[in-house]
Amino acid sequence: MKSRLLQPPRCSDMSLVEAQGISKTYTFGEVEVRALCPTTLTIEEGEFIAVMGPSGSGKSTLMNILGCLDKPTTGKYLLSGVDVGGLSRDERAEIRNRKIGFVFQGFNLLSRTAAIENVELPLLYNGVPAEERRQKAMAALKKVGLEGREHHHPNQLSGGQQQRVAIARALVNNAPLIFADEPTGNLDTKTSAEIMDLFVQLNTEASITVMLVTHEPDIAAYSRRIIRFLDGCIVSDEARSNA
Amino acid sequence: MINIPSTFRISLRALRVNKMRSGLTMLGMIIGVGAVIAMLAVGTGARQKISEQIASIGSNLLMVLSGASTSGGIRMGAGTQPTLTLSDAEAVEKECPSVQAVAPILGGTAQVVYGNQNWSTGVTGTSPNVLIVRDWKLSSGRPFSDDDVKSATKVCLIGQTIVDNLFGSIDPVGQVIRIKKIPFTVVGVLEAKGQSPNGQDQDDTIFVPITTAQKKLFGTAFPGMIRLMSVKARSAEDLVKAEKEITELLRQRHRLSTKQENDFTVRNLTQMLQTAEQSTKVMTILLGAIASVSLVVGGIGIMNIMLVSVTERTREIGIRMAVGAKTWDIRLQFIIEALTLSMIGGVIGIICGITVSRVLSNLAGWSIVVSPFSVFLSFGFSGLVGIFFGFYPAYKASLLDPIEALRYE
Repeated sequence: MKSRLLQPPRCSDMSLVEAQGISKTYTFGEVEVRALCPTTLTIEEGEFIAVMGPSGSGKSTLMNILGCLDKPTTGKYLLSGVDVGGLSRDERAEIRNRKIGFVFQGFNLLSRTAAIENVELPLLYNGVPAEERRQKAMAALKKVGLEGREHHHPNQLSGGQQQRVAIARALVNNAPLIFADEPTGNLDTKTSAEIMDLFVQLNTEASITVMLVTHEPDIAAYSRRIIRFLDGCIVSDEARSNA
Repeated sequence: MINIPSTFRISLRALRVNKMRSGLTMLGMIIGVGAVIAMLAVGTGARQKISEQIASIGSNLLMVLSGASTSGGIRMGAGTQPTLTLSDAEAVEKECPSVQAVAPILGGTAQVVYGNQNWSTGVTGTSPNVLIVRDWKLSSGRPFSDDDVKSATKVCLIGQTIVDNLFGSIDPVGQVIRIKKIPFTVVGVLEAKGQSPNGQDQDDTIFVPITTAQKKLFGTAFPGMIRLMSVKARSAEDLVKAEKEITELLRQRHRLSTKQENDFTVRNLTQMLQTAEQSTKVMTILLGAIASVSLVVGGIGIMNIMLVSVTERTREIGIRMAVGAKTWDIRLQFIIEALTLSMIGGVIGIICGITVSRVLSNLAGWSIVVSPFSVFLSFGFSGLVGIFFGFYPAYKASLLDPIEALRYE
């Protein structure tokens, strides 16, 4: 199982994310709600994409599917060449563990658990030995500028610091792809800017692909490509030249 | 890949966070396991005591008592009519195939004197066979012989209590004691046996040859009369057969017509005690079963708390799933939590149970036996309870949808 997921056939012209006509329909009793129209989307390695749109426009649904948290109702989704649409729950968990980092609006850290242990969490489920876990988590926290706060609990950290811990957690497994769902939604302008600078830095220096969902044009302005959603469909997908 | 030590740490931390709740949940297990241990200890103790008693009176034992006399329509108790004789005893031993040995008994109470010490005790006239019948050994000296019986010599075997009371540290073998002022030579000392089933000190006894007892000590108007005979059957299975053979033989010897009642009584002591043992066994099982109910209730308490815990920590489960926890990672986390609760509860329960047993044994003066089996059983059972009642909540947790779980407030 492991080998199949971890050593995909790599070709030079392969995209990181290739979604072909993926859609999502929720069924509540007899009512069917279409959350996402059939969407085709390609994301190359090293891109920095902002997804914008009003609430309920399908941007979170797209992110959940691309993040392997959810399965598309129709369509085909290739992540670094591997068709993840047909994978089992545990196989998708493994993909999330190795290839994808998540950053949420509400930080989603384990309370009553030190920052370092929050960062170690993905490694724990990856079977990394304790010693190595600690080292890698330390390195990830250093990268996001939280050296010396490893043993603080989330409630002892500011919002910005908590989000940095979450980013460190997304980085620790060297995932090539980070999904951030309104990462600055709970932060003030100054802290938001710091967090966005961190994303930009990770994108340019470590060439990590970042896809963030946001309402705010200021935040979207950090990206190099903006995808706009309305009523479950992509209405525009354009590259920004100045970034 | 599942990381057991880390999963274990996560579980322990979750339990520490809710100390009060974990403690109360454990209390259910503690009471359950403690009750099982204490109840089994009481029951096993009672059974062991009965087994010891069976062993101490001698195994496969029958008692033949001389018959109930009837005077003026009032039937007196067994042993009131002197109908058994020494030759009856000899005949039973010779002619009943299921009988291994017979010891005729004629006894009474007598004052015993050695030097300046005196002691009142039961003196029993019997044959050397008494040692076989009652499974009794000598701690020193020799038994008296058949020749001693034939010639009615004045020799005796004394019990440990007599030794303690008359001799202290002196070696009694070869010494002369006076029973009813008649000098007897001590030829042997009986091994200590302890209390009889009805609480008498079995070691407070003196054995003399039956003939000596008849002629010198407890002379009666009926020559050759004995009060009762102790009979040892060849095996436990032969007890009933032996009873029948003895009854037939004695009826024939006493020339009783078919209409007449027995002028003797045969009692099966071993069977009585075995019945008692059987009923304590049933009692132990019953007590254990009742106590196990509290174990199950404790288990349900664990399940209840685990279900609450899973609901409370839905978001945590969502986070873990998002970063790559698989079905069994989540399941194991909660199963280990339940298991830890039940096992720690089990260990404390075992300690409590043993303590309670000790206190009970001191208060009631019973011997109480905490068997390794009951400890092992309760420990194993508490583990099973943990897994069984922990599985459903863990299963529920593992099936959560990560997206829903992450959104949970």
